[in-house]
Amino acid sequence: MIIASKKPIEEIIQEITPYSRILILGCNECVTVCEAGGKKEVEVLASALRIFCLSQGIEKTIGEHTLERQCDHEYLEEIRNMVDDYDAIVSLACGVGVQFAAEKYLTMPLLPGVNTVCLGANEDRGLWTERCQACGSCVLARTGGICPVSRCAKRVLNGPCGGSTNGKCEISKDTDCAWQLIIDRLKALDKMDDYEAVAPVKDWSKDRAGGPRTVTREDVKI
Amino acid sequence: MQDTSTKEAFEPRIIGFCCKFCAYAAADLAGSMRISYPASVKIIQVPCTGRIDMIHILKSLEDGADGVMIAGCLEGECHFLQGNFKARSRVEAVRRILAQIGMEPDRVAMFNLSSAMGPKFAEITAQMTDRIRQLGPSPVATAGKKSRDAA
Repeated sequence: MIIASKKPIEEIIQEITPYSRILILGCNECVTVCEAGGKKEVEVLASALRIFCLSQGIEKTIGEHTLERQCDHEYLEEIRNMVDDYDAIVSLACGVGVQFAAEKYLTMPLLPGVNTVCLGANEDRGLWTERCQACGSCVLARTGGICPVSRCAKRVLNGPCGGSTNGKCEISKDTDCAWQLIIDRLKALDKMDDYEAVAPVKDWSKDRAGGPRTVTREDVKI
Repeated sequence: MQDTSTKEAFEPRIIGFCCKFCAYAAADLAGSMRISYPASVKIIQVPCTGRIDMIHILKSLEDGADGVMIAGCLEGECHFLQGNFKARSRVEAVRRILAQIGMEPDRVAMFNLSSAMGPKFAEITAQMTDRIRQLGPSPVATAGKKSRDAA
């Protein structure tokens, strides 16, 4: 899922300064699971902002709403009748949701309430770690199911590099060497032959290098 | 800045979230022992302090409480094993939010005690009342009163 982290409230306070009626808009999908922008986080942020305004003698209306998804037209339509009551929206969705809402409501200022960080997994309670960089051409089949693109700092496709020491990456002793993990897993799978094969040159045009990407599926179009 | 005389006259309104198994029973015991404690603390019984979410604390402050105290079991003696530790981390999170929005974090505090500690309950409520009296009325409560008066 998409992992996001909460923005500091000071930054949000700064952003909403020019506006007097603000809607805090949450999203029920990824940001709810990573506890950065769901209904609960909307309530907490809205309450904190109201306390701030009351304590500083600032008059603002802070509204709350959470959509099933902010990256779908049908759910964003839900707030069509509501947006006129506000001067700005603070969206707690990922960058996708913020942009999609901004596209839909052209004259409404859209302010991000979270920082979108990565595509990751919920490794432990309160710990989310990156697993995928959406590079557009998956190599996991030959790397033992461990991604060298997202988990190797250098994105090396024939590793490990000289910076790998005792299974850790040179960037930090807390970061596993992705290629050490790959070798360990290939050994466990008895597929070390995969490691011996030299990886072909990767087509990075399917990554961000080729510009914004689209997926078109004729079979599901109406 | 408020002068001391006003602060002393000021009677804080404190919400006390008390765990059923310890602090609430301790308050009962304080009553049975005829130990008086400040009337400023309005007690809300919870099944465990682990039930308390950040929003409960924030809503109390938003609705005009001058302070919020959370009283749970002694560390390691939670009836639900870890509820009081969870509460403590949520209290810390709320205190960080308060610091970010320019409110005194000391308006929110966590205490630990057992059901046998009636006198301790009276002590922590007095301590919390003193602390809030020192901080003065919550600006949120004052703003709320002003808007009610204006209406």
